Amino acid sequence: MWKTILRRVLIMIPELVILSILVFLLAKAMPGDPFTGSINPKADPAQIHHLMEIHGLYDPWYQQYWNWVVHLFHGDLGMSYEYQEPVVDLIQQRGANTLWLALFTMVLTYAIGLPLGLYAAHHEGKLQDTLVRVYTYVTMSIPFFVVLVLGIWIFGYALNWFPTSGSISATATGFGATTMSRLGHIILPGLLGALFGTVNIVQYLRSEVIDAKHSDYVRTARSKGVPMKDIYRHHIFRNSLLPIAAFAGYSITGLLGGSIFTEMVFSYPGMGLLFLNAINFRDYTVITALVLLYGFLNLMGTLLSDIVLSIVDPRVRIE
Amino acid sequence: MKRDIEDVTSISAADLEKLSKEAAAEATPSRAKIMWGEFKADKPAMASLFILIFFILFVIVASMFINTPKMMETNLMGYYAKPFTPEYWLGADSGGRSIAKELIVGSRNSISIAIGLTIISSTFGICWGLISGYYGGMVDLAMQRVYDFMMIIPMLMTIIVIVTIIPHYNAITLTLILSIFYWMGTSRLIRSRTLAESQKDYVAASKTSGTGNLKIIFREIMPNISSLIIVDTTLSFAENIGVETGLSFLGFGLPMGTPSLGTLIANANDPENITGYWWTWFPAALEIIVLCLSISYIGQVMRRATNAAQRRGKQQD
Repeated sequence: MWKTILRRVLIMIPELVILSILVFLLAKAMPGDPFTGSINPKADPAQIHHLMEIHGLYDPWYQQYWNWVVHLFHGDLGMSYEYQEPVVDLIQQRGANTLWLALFTMVLTYAIGLPLGLYAAHHEGKLQDTLVRVYTYVTMSIPFFVVLVLGIWIFGYALNWFPTSGSISATATGFGATTMSRLGHIILPGLLGALFGTVNIVQYLRSEVIDAKHSDYVRTARSKGVPMKDIYRHHIFRNSLLPIAAFAGYSITGLLGGSIFTEMVFSYPGMGLLFLNAINFRDYTVITALVLLYGFLNLMGTLLSDIVLSIVDPRVRIE
Repeated sequence: MKRDIEDVTSISAADLEKLSKEAAAEATPSRAKIMWGEFKADKPAMASLFILIFFILFVIVASMFINTPKMMETNLMGYYAKPFTPEYWLGADSGGRSIAKELIVGSRNSISIAIGLTIISSTFGICWGLISGYYGGMVDLAMQRVYDFMMIIPMLMTIIVIVTIIPHYNAITLTLILSIFYWMGTSRLIRSRTLAESQKDYVAASKTSGTGNLKIIFREIMPNISSLIIVDTTLSFAENIGVETGLSFLGFGLPMGTPSLGTLIANANDPENITGYWWTWFPAALEIIVLCLSISYIGQVMRRATNAAQRRGKQQD
């Protein structure tokens, strides 16, 4: 097991290096230079030239890349031109919002997906099973952004049940009120994300439980006279639920990708919206930092899932 | 032929004909036949298939009669015209542009991109999976690392960044950019199936008799996993409709002046539009839902047909 984990971590390092080079080159390819907007437009071109020279912008790209990485390790992601704030601070403010929404969505996804998967497997081949299958087929097929638009239209604007923008209402004061207001703002996007994100969990769990139900060890337990309830609790769930738990890391990729759509539709001030704004204002330092951060989070998510899987499932380990 | 048989055996030509007819009746039907049978037995599947074919044909033909640049011109007389009037069937948007016409041209653009994306990314993913799974060893290991790396790239963000960097692009460039990022699912599926397939006897036999690797991969293994390929391609087509429309919805898909289902739905981003002028975006949203549901349903039926073929004893993927 340790071998698997060690190998997995070692593979991660070159991936991270290549990702950072890619992000850096993309940033370099963007039009404009880092001084656009931060200096007087009437400034002397010679002075800009001088600034460029001081900041090493005429150096070869690998030299610049190295400087960038050194700054990165010092926690210096540069300044945002639009907000005139260090990017690290910006990401800290917005990141918390995205994190809450993602965590809330993930908890709801499991809360909806696990019972549904078990329910469908329990009633294998019956009407209930078919209904769950129709549900997964519908949620899997419809593009998520369409769901978001319809959701905010019906429940946000027409029925007026939920707020349609922001992460907290301006009038909320005190701990209790602010918490409730925050929760109120993430319920609808979180619920939509969860309802339309359970496909993998439901389908995987259903087939795992059905496989287990027909396996020899369950038949043996039944013939010994163990009640079906205990078999489910001690044998089937144990074997089927653990791999599902490991999927949490993989789902980070989907949640982060979806966050751009969710935050745009709900005008929710998280990292996705920050990214879209940064693109519109050509705020390159913010763009670079966010792409790198999302890539890093994807990497950590997969790493986490792989490690958990190798612990619970001996088949994926290397000897 | 007939005479040859009569020379060696005592079976007459008439008997032979009767025997071969019996054999044909007992033989398992062809894959295409099983698939068609599955469709015929499933009314909703037939409906989806007809809706889809009819719709695509309609959109292609109808868009030929629409002058796109003229359609995209602003017409103040039609400012937010109400729907269900003789001039504006589905109303008009803030520029007085007819939603019905935009919907037709937009559907053509979105569907064409989805088809292009599906063809390019699936072809690439299939080749990648076949080669990776067949050769195994170091080749597979190296290809798997590339796959792993592609999986951690924040796709949506990277695509948006690339689209912003490139000064001029059109539908074809956009399709190519998208194709870079959407082949991984297919490749993983095909790889795992090819891994299993290469262990089979016929591959070993073919190798021993000196058949070239490429010929084994594309003429022997690929036909054997063809039903998997068909099902996967159909399902990715349904997914790919959401890819371009999603990007256009965010404002980073097709360039300005080229309508897409996504840009129509983007009308809903304005709080005034979403409730007050629902006809500017709702038809497009509904259309995407119907399209995706029917394509995806066709994919499901095809998958069932593949399983049915297996049930009937035909050697399948």
